[in-house]
Amino acid sequence: MKLPPVIARHARQFGTFAVFVVLCAVISVLTPHFFTVTNLLNVAQQTVINALIAVGLTYVIISGGIDLSVGSILAFAGVVMAHALRLGWPVPLAILAGVGVGAGCGLVNGLLISYGRLPPFIATLGMMSVARGGALLATDGRPVSGFGESFRWLATGEIAGVPVPVLIMVLVYAAAHLVLQRTKFGRYTYAIGGNEEASLLSGVPVRLYKTGIYVVGGGLAALGAVLLTARLNSAQPIAGINYELDAIAATVIGGTSLMGGQGSVIGTLIGALIMGVLRNGLNLLGVSSFIQQVVIGVVIIAAVLLDTFFKQSKR
Amino acid sequence: MEAAPAILQMKGIAKRYPGVVALDGVDLEVRRGEVHILLGENGAGKSTLMKILAGAVRRDAGTIALDGRECDLATPRAAQAAGVSIIYQEFNLVPHLTVAENIFLGREPRGQVPGLISAARLRTDAARLLRELEVTINPGAVVADLGVAEQQMVEVAKALSVEAKILVLDEPTSALSDKEIAQLFKVIRALRGRGVALIYISHRMEELFQIGDRVTVMRDGRYIATRDIPQTTLPELVSLMVGRDLTEHFPKKAVPPGEELLRVEHLSRTGALHDISLTLRRGEVVGLAGLMGSGRTELARAIFGADPVTAGRVTVKGREVKVGSPRQAIGLGLGLLTEDRKRQGLVLCLDIRANTCLASVDRFSAAGVVDGRRETAAAQKLTADLRVKTPGLHQRVVNLSGGNQQKVVLAKWLCCEADILIFDEPTRGIDVGSKVEIYQLINRLAAEGKAILMISSELPEILGMSDRILVMNRGRIAGEFTAAEATQEKILHCALGAHAA
Repeated sequence: MKLPPVIARHARQFGTFAVFVVLCAVISVLTPHFFTVTNLLNVAQQTVINALIAVGLTYVIISGGIDLSVGSILAFAGVVMAHALRLGWPVPLAILAGVGVGAGCGLVNGLLISYGRLPPFIATLGMMSVARGGALLATDGRPVSGFGESFRWLATGEIAGVPVPVLIMVLVYAAAHLVLQRTKFGRYTYAIGGNEEASLLSGVPVRLYKTGIYVVGGGLAALGAVLLTARLNSAQPIAGINYELDAIAATVIGGTSLMGGQGSVIGTLIGALIMGVLRNGLNLLGVSSFIQQVVIGVVIIAAVLLDTFFKQSKR
Repeated sequence: MEAAPAILQMKGIAKRYPGVVALDGVDLEVRRGEVHILLGENGAGKSTLMKILAGAVRRDAGTIALDGRECDLATPRAAQAAGVSIIYQEFNLVPHLTVAENIFLGREPRGQVPGLISAARLRTDAARLLRELEVTINPGAVVADLGVAEQQMVEVAKALSVEAKILVLDEPTSALSDKEIAQLFKVIRALRGRGVALIYISHRMEELFQIGDRVTVMRDGRYIATRDIPQTTLPELVSLMVGRDLTEHFPKKAVPPGEELLRVEHLSRTGALHDISLTLRRGEVVGLAGLMGSGRTELARAIFGADPVTAGRVTVKGREVKVGSPRQAIGLGLGLLTEDRKRQGLVLCLDIRANTCLASVDRFSAAGVVDGRRETAAAQKLTADLRVKTPGLHQRVVNLSGGNQQKVVLAKWLCCEADILIFDEPTRGIDVGSKVEIYQLINRLAAEGKAILMISSELPEILGMSDRILVMNRGRIAGEFTAAEATQEKILHCALGAHAA
């Protein structure tokens, strides 16, 4: 079968998208409640947080790294922002404080990895614990709740019928896609992940950009915290546990290689949607959450197995 | 000489990849106890053919017969069981295991306690194999601590341990010194004497006549001819390979040198470089000769800012500079074509365009946004100019042949308009046709006013291409010659000098 070049070049994304379409089709045959506007918006809402974390992680993974701390960063950034709101800070300033804390944690990750030469796994494993501890210390382990209407609008509001969080997700993805494909930052992200030494010898400021990539990862996790806090009207110091694993899953299902150098933001979005649709569909079908865990795990493994299989059959 | 029976017959082997016909009905017949040279330019299909023989790549058509019996060789395991062993250019050794452990990897001798390996037998068996090869390597040594030549001997021992009937050597000498090559040839002859059939791939033409019995030439994925080595000549083989006569191997054109672009004075790096001084002028090609480990690559990296220096002064275009990173070096107009293009020169999983523009992303972007169309235009022009064989700019460089990959690395430095170019083994692992193209390109660059420092282990290349020749020995510049006065003997004497003294 001869494929048009555009499709051949992005075969993986089209493949993931095809799986997504088939999945939606199957679920809508099985239950009439799936393919309704209300439910689809619901799926999108539930996907937003994971999708935001996953887009940052996609950058990190394409650059050949990993970030295990995003879930903890989300919690830490969330409680800091919540405190700021409770202290009566203007909403934009409080959000900026939260995102700043997230980006700051990312900066520490990046510096440890780039300049301290720590393996990303170790540096972010440490940060995972530090940021979680920070969140618990800052709140004495208790949730911070009760915010103004203007802040909650971020989760409850709609613009032209589209929920604000979904709109934010779409904007972030569009920007992330353009940055990855059209800017120096994106180009260097791929190059560093593909061959760090060759990049360095080609004049790429490797350490600077690697650091920047983790800052982006931390910042986007914090953005997830903003939306989560607004939705729950509460910031929990124990929020975001295992979120890094969901984000890694979405990224991997979307075709980004853990070896670095390969991957796409669009793939990750579809990956996150597949996970969202799967959870939603299984809920609608009344499948127990225990079985859901099993299904999600199988999907992750199947996605990577298929990748490996197709790569081998090309030899 | 009476012809020994054919141990291997490959007939009509075909393999297609999307957009490329890698092999188009290739035949290969190899006899017991012969060294059979497989010759062809990069991209001729030698590697693919050997990977099919090794069961690592599936063929689309054709038959393989071993000892007259047809067999499938569908997996590497099946090929190994059938007596086929391959030693690839990049070794398949586990660096942190010992020599003995590597030799018997996957086939460890069992001990008396079930499930445990007999360390004693492992050691004695390995020692026996190494003794047969007449090499002095400690079976208990860790592979990572060995030199390249010794690692290669471990590979050979590994192949022998599975009682290989057919042993393929892919460019076995590309990283060896002359002495090590002599040792390897001794082993090869011994194996031939034991009836092993050896298939030998190399781009060093002079070796073929030293070691080969017969030669099969491939070109563009097709079988061209098989010759008995004594009955053929170098020019005949070259013309069979390229399909045309290469009248001039080194098309050197002298260019009157212009202003001084680079001056290095008293450069030192503890343990590697001692008091190095040199100059490079516009239009000059300066050859840098020396043995492996004499500090040539270290010098290139130090000038390029990839390694720190402990002392010395560098002047670029009349201005004294401190080059602290490759990025600064590139900003000053330097370019370094590294010795190991896969590990240091290219991002293999990215496409031609991204690799070509990697060092010049800055000049194609404004406010951080890359202008893809300008990049494409530049890459297109350079790819066409350098005659990179590819279906398109979106081809990933991992899919290109060695010669074409090297051209992409060159394109990268031309793209950022570097005018002080350091070429570290620019033709290593590259076929004759591409070599001549690269020589022509070096000449053209010199004529355009660039300054070139060319590191090479091939003396004919150094002699044929350089205006001046520097010889390194143990981290020092041991001698300097003009093109007119230099001879192979003088350079070698200089490169070996301190060893004799």
